[in-house]
Amino acid sequence: MLEIKNLHVEVAGQKILKGIDLTINAGEVHAIMGPNGSGKSTLSYAICGKDGYEVTEGSITYKGKNFLELEANERAAEGAFLGFQYPVEIPGVSNMNFLKTAVNSIRKYKGEDEMAPVEFLKLVRAKAAELEMDPEMLKRAVNVGFSGGEKKRNEMVQMAVLDPGFSVLDETDSGLDIDALRVVADGINRMRAPEKSILVITHYQRLLDYVVPDFVHVLADGKIVKSGDKSLAMELEKQGYGHLGIDENAA
Amino acid sequence: MVSTLETRQTVEEVAGDYKYGFVTDIEMVKAPKGLNEDVIRFISAKKEEPEWLLDWRLKSYQKWLKMEEPEWAMLNYVKPDFQDIYYYAAPKSADDRPKSLDEVDPELLATYEKLGISLQEQKVLSGVAVDVVFDSVSVATTFRETLKEKGVIFCSISEAARDYPELMQKYLGSVVPVADNFYAALNSAVFTDGTFVYIPKGVRCPMELSTYFRINEANTGQFERTLIIADDESYVSYLEGCTAPMRDENQLHAAVVEIVMLENAEVKYSTVQNWYPGDKDGKGGIYNFVTKRAACRGTNSKVSWTQVETGSAITWKYPSCILQGDGSVGEFYSVAITNNYQQADTGTKMIHIGKNTSSTIISKGISAGKAQNIYRGLVKVMPNAENTRNFTQCDSLLIGDECGAHTVPYIEAKNPTAQVEHEATTSKISDEQLFYCLQRGLDVEEAVSLIVNGFCKEVMQQLPMEFAVEAQKLLGISLEGSVG
Repeated sequence: MLEIKNLHVEVAGQKILKGIDLTINAGEVHAIMGPNGSGKSTLSYAICGKDGYEVTEGSITYKGKNFLELEANERAAEGAFLGFQYPVEIPGVSNMNFLKTAVNSIRKYKGEDEMAPVEFLKLVRAKAAELEMDPEMLKRAVNVGFSGGEKKRNEMVQMAVLDPGFSVLDETDSGLDIDALRVVADGINRMRAPEKSILVITHYQRLLDYVVPDFVHVLADGKIVKSGDKSLAMELEKQGYGHLGIDENAA
Repeated sequence: MVSTLETRQTVEEVAGDYKYGFVTDIEMVKAPKGLNEDVIRFISAKKEEPEWLLDWRLKSYQKWLKMEEPEWAMLNYVKPDFQDIYYYAAPKSADDRPKSLDEVDPELLATYEKLGISLQEQKVLSGVAVDVVFDSVSVATTFRETLKEKGVIFCSISEAARDYPELMQKYLGSVVPVADNFYAALNSAVFTDGTFVYIPKGVRCPMELSTYFRINEANTGQFERTLIIADDESYVSYLEGCTAPMRDENQLHAAVVEIVMLENAEVKYSTVQNWYPGDKDGKGGIYNFVTKRAACRGTNSKVSWTQVETGSAITWKYPSCILQGDGSVGEFYSVAITNNYQQADTGTKMIHIGKNTSSTIISKGISAGKAQNIYRGLVKVMPNAENTRNFTQCDSLLIGDECGAHTVPYIEAKNPTAQVEHEATTSKISDEQLFYCLQRGLDVEEAVSLIVNGFCKEVMQQLPMEFAVEAQKLLGISLEGSVG
């Protein structure tokens, strides 16, 4: 599914990622952990094609497509979804309108007709209900005046509606209370399927109590320094990053 | 803002992509170039005007000669050479004055079809009557018979001068006096055509009325004049649209619109202004110097201006409300978009004279490229205007870092019971907002259009349905290529 080879990324001339190798197969959930400034968010932006994140070396391929040749919106249409750490507000644009535009943009990219309005409405309402979102929220402007938990729930609803083949969740759990954390975990677990892959980026182990990963990688100073299974996350929880010889304040 | 090479290339491809920029090849009758009393007599004679109107024009001309072009607006442009302009240009076929739509020159009908405006009544969107003005003359007016049954007069202002002299003499220049300002005086001297509307007492106009203005001829100014009179207890919704060919030289458009509302009357006036804005290097484009004013003379009368300004190289326009009748209401909803080298200095004046009058101003300015966008507004409360209220909100949105947005509000409250509120914000389309949209599958143009339409929502929802969809698309088109 997703194959990252020897990925080097610079931001504003500064080397952030220094040779990442990562393969995520269909049906797998991987977790990336690491201290602040280790390059976790940079990895998610580089995969999804944000402007200013310059790949200087290496490759990213998804389902055989060279992602580095595609614009951010094309990568999204190919099936890559990024759950943001800080979802932005878009005043005056309702959640419903935003989602409809997104769904139809992706269909247009694939050469499909627009989704019938009734069908779309049904889909969104069903996904909102599954994730226990108040239907009134769908009429409100995207993330405007939403609490931290509501924003993250909104990300999960968007993910459910767009139904991506590959999802990367960038510290989607940060700053959430336990109820909101459960919502996020529930959203991610609903995406688990034999044909889908998921990458969870997190600073803390606690999300992984709810979303049990198949593999855990530790990122430090732009490189994956250790890989393992769920037990690696437990080990980090108990002993800290220092135990691996990583400076917690490397940034 | 970080921009990729690709998006910059898209910018170059779409900038100057103005789909109304074609020229109609048609035989024209013109007045000699330049402005003098003979030219004014020529125009008046062409229109077969009554003597009083010629006198009125000549007096306006004398006043204009003594006036100076205003310089207080934040606009940089080469002042027009008033002797290098044709003040009258009309299709030769219009000389015979077509009696019905069947007699209108097919070339003109084709031009309007191309602009998306059908003049065949059976094809027209249900419930919209159209008057079309091509350079200096009105070439067709639809649905006039249907409207006549209700007593509604909807015709060109030239016809009104001949057929309804009493209404014309009573109201022409009563809202915008001839010497009101430099451009209004010029218009009063040389106005060529425009629309006249009279809604009789107690009538709710059964359809939307609209005028479509087209400048076609080169080196020609368009000086249209519109007069709308809403008698007691009447209502009308009026729309105007405008386009012009792409030309390298600047062309002058100096219009005057006057609206009079009597007791309990209501007028909703909507504009989608899409004059040619010039190319991406700022060459060509229309100079749009317009005086629009509504007088709420009757108690509890109401006027609502909604404008979507996307075109013109220079816009100088302040649709205003004189709230004279007690309890009268004035509203101004504006979206002004400037891209490339466009400059817009636009806003409104709310003059509170009557008691319990109220006004609302919602202005959304969007600036991209190297453009400048200025909101200029006056809220004035006269000493006897008890218990007046005003709410003003001015929001500016910047796209890129080479454009500017400015807000210049003037507030003069001479009555202590007045409540005047002003709110203003300035924001940018952020990289984060754009990436968020892109990551969900929207392309750059879709993302900008969505964000801008969201920003303008409060104004766009004031537009009549038929207009709203077009206007939404226009916002997107006007900003195409503005983001990298």
